[in-house]
Amino acid sequence: MRNTASRRSAIFAALAIVSTTALLTACGTASGPGGDDGGLPTELGDFEGSVSILAWPGYVEDGSNDPAVDWVSGFEDETGCMVDAQAYGTSDEAVNLVRSGGYDVVAASGDATLRLIAAGDVAAVNTDLIPSYDGVFDFLKEQEWNSVDGQSYGVPHGYGANLLLYNTEVVNPAPTSWDVVFDGASAYSGKITAYDSPIYIADAAVYLMAHQPELGIENPYALDEEQFQAAVDLLKAQREHVGEYWSDYLKEIQAFQTGDSVAGTTWQVIQNVLEGEGATTAVVLPEEGATGWSDTWMITSDAENPNCAYAWLDWIASPEVNAQATAYFGEAPSSEAACDFRDDCEAYHAGDEEYASQIWYWTTPIADCVDGRTDVECVDYAAWTEAWSEIKG
Amino acid sequence: MTPARRISVFLSRFSWARLILLLTAPLFWLGAVYIVALAALLVTALWTVDSFTGEVRIEWTFDNIVDVVTGALYQTVTLRTIGVALLVTVVDILIALPIAFFMAKVAGPRLQRILVVAVLMPLWASYLVKAYAWRSVLSEGGVWASVVEPFGGQTPGYGLPAVVLTLAYLWLPYVILPIYAGLERVPNSLLEASGDLGAKTWRTIVSVVLPMLKPAIIAASIFSFSLSLGDYITVNIVGGASQMLGNLVYTNVGAANNLPLAAAIALIPISIMIVYLAAARRSGALENL
Repeated sequence: MRNTASRRSAIFAALAIVSTTALLTACGTASGPGGDDGGLPTELGDFEGSVSILAWPGYVEDGSNDPAVDWVSGFEDETGCMVDAQAYGTSDEAVNLVRSGGYDVVAASGDATLRLIAAGDVAAVNTDLIPSYDGVFDFLKEQEWNSVDGQSYGVPHGYGANLLLYNTEVVNPAPTSWDVVFDGASAYSGKITAYDSPIYIADAAVYLMAHQPELGIENPYALDEEQFQAAVDLLKAQREHVGEYWSDYLKEIQAFQTGDSVAGTTWQVIQNVLEGEGATTAVVLPEEGATGWSDTWMITSDAENPNCAYAWLDWIASPEVNAQATAYFGEAPSSEAACDFRDDCEAYHAGDEEYASQIWYWTTPIADCVDGRTDVECVDYAAWTEAWSEIKG
Repeated sequence: MTPARRISVFLSRFSWARLILLLTAPLFWLGAVYIVALAALLVTALWTVDSFTGEVRIEWTFDNIVDVVTGALYQTVTLRTIGVALLVTVVDILIALPIAFFMAKVAGPRLQRILVVAVLMPLWASYLVKAYAWRSVLSEGGVWASVVEPFGGQTPGYGLPAVVLTLAYLWLPYVILPIYAGLERVPNSLLEASGDLGAKTWRTIVSVVLPMLKPAIIAASIFSFSLSLGDYITVNIVGGASQMLGNLVYTNVGAANNLPLAAAIALIPISIMIVYLAAARRSGALENL
C-alpha cells in the first residue's frame, strides 16, 4: 500500500515536471544587427587553423556518418583549417543560430538568405577570391536570393525543384499539371499531401499564375493583398482534400508506400528512395512550373576565421566536392564540372537552364515586392505564417 | 579543532544554517525552473517581433494576447484541443476502471504483480515508437484495415479519431495506476457489507465504489488531460492535416520564428490547466495523490 502510494506520487512528481516544462516555451532575446559590409577583403591572409560551419544535414560530412562520405578531411589536410560543423533543421532555426553568433560559414536556402543579409548577419563576398566560383552555372549567380544590388553574398551550392509526386496506379491519366492537387483534388480527396510550411503558399501562387492570369502574379513570392488572398483561398479549398501535410520527408515516403497519399508536392530525393523500394510512384515537373530551393554558402559578418571561411567556400564549390555533397543530399550541383563526377546529373536536370527557369526558388516574401513593383505593398513572411496556420485551421 | 569539525559544531548549534544549506539548492531549482520560466514566458508574450528580420524586439504590447484571445483560429484550435483532451480522458477512464478493478479486487497477489508490470511495460518503449506504430496500424492496408475490412469496416485513417486513439493508448498506464491505487484503498469489507445488505454488483459499484474512487479518478484525469493538452508530436504523426495548440506553439517557434506569439499561445493551455487544477483541488482530489 505505502509502496504503491509513494511510487505513485513519485510518478506524479515526474509527470508534473515533464508536463509543465512541455507547456513552457523558452524565452528568446534579441540580438542586434552585426557589422555592415563596409569594404570587401581584397586578398586572403593566413589560415586561422579552424572554421565553424552551420549547414543543412548532409552538407558537411567528415565520414563519421558513413566512412565513404567524407569531403571534410581533404579540406582539413589541405588548408589546416579544422572544421567544426553543426546541422540545422529549418531555415528559421538557421537564422536564429547565426544570430546567436560563433559561426564563420552558413549554408542557407533562399528563404533565409535575404533575412540574413538584411539584418547584417552575413557579409558580402568577394568572389574574385574564390577560384571555384567561375565554374558555377551562370544562371545561379547574382540571383535575388544570393545577391543585393549586384553584390554577391555567397556561393551557390545546389538546387532542386519541388516536384509533383503521384501514385502511378491510382492517379490516371498521368498528371502534367498541379491541377491534380488543386482544382482537381476532389478526385483523390483525403489522399492529397502538401508541404507543411508557409512557403507552400508560393506553390499555390505558381498555379494561379498559369490558371488565373487576371490576378497578374509576376512572382509567387511577391503577392499583394488580393493575389495573396486568392492563393490562400485556393489552399483552403485544397485543405478539404488533404490527407496530411508533410515536413519530415520520411513521413511522405511512408504515406506513399502505404497508399495513404497518392498525389502531392515532393523532392527528387524522395522519389529516388521510393523507386529504390519498388513503390509505384513517379514525379513530374508540371507545366505551370514549380517552386524550388537554391542554397548559398555565406560568410557571417562576425566571422572569426574569414580566411578559412573563404577557403571552405572555394573547396565546397570545386567540382569534385560539389558533386559529392550535392549527390549525397539529392540535388543538382551548382558547379558545371561537377557532373563529371556524378552519374545521376540527368535525373536532377543539372545545368538544364530551361528546366531551372521553370523553378521559382524559395525567397523570403517581404513588404517591398521582390518583383520590383513599387505601387503596392506585398504581403510579408510573418503574414504568410499566420495565413498558413489559418489554412490548416 | 579541524575546520570540518568547526563547521559541524557551527551547524549543530544553529538549526537555521542547516536549513538554509539544505533548502538553497532545491529552492533555487524550483525558482529557476518554475517561477523564472513562467515569468519569462509571460514577459515574452508581451514583446513583439520584427516582421522582416524576425528579431524579437522589446516593445511592450498586448497585441499577441489580444490576437490569441480574439482570433477565430485560436478559438477553434483551443476548442478542438480541449475536446480531444476530454475525449482521451473519458476513453482512458472507461478502459482503466474495469482493468484497475480486476487488478485490485479480483486477481490474486501473483497475478496482481504480473498485471502491474504489464501495465507499466509500454512505458519502457519510446513515445515516438508507439506513435509511429499506431501510424502503421491505421494506414491503408495496415493491421486495423485488414482486421475490420472483412466485416465491411474501414480504417479511420489519419485525423482526429486517430489522435484520440493514439493518445488514449499512450496515457492509459498513467490513468490505470492512480485508479488501481485508489481501489486498493477501498476495503473489501465495504463491498461485502453492501452485498449483505442486498445491493447487486451495479448498485455496489455506483453507490459504494465510485464515490470513494472519485478523487483517484480526478487525479488520473489530470494526467491524461494535461498530457493531451500539450501534445503536438502525436498530432503530427497520426493527425493527418489537423492541428492542436501544441502545433501552433511549435510552428510559431520553429517555422515562424515568432516567439512572442508562441508564448501567448502557450498561455492558453496553462490557463486551462490552472482552472482544471483549481477545480480538482476543490474536489479534494489533490490531497489524495
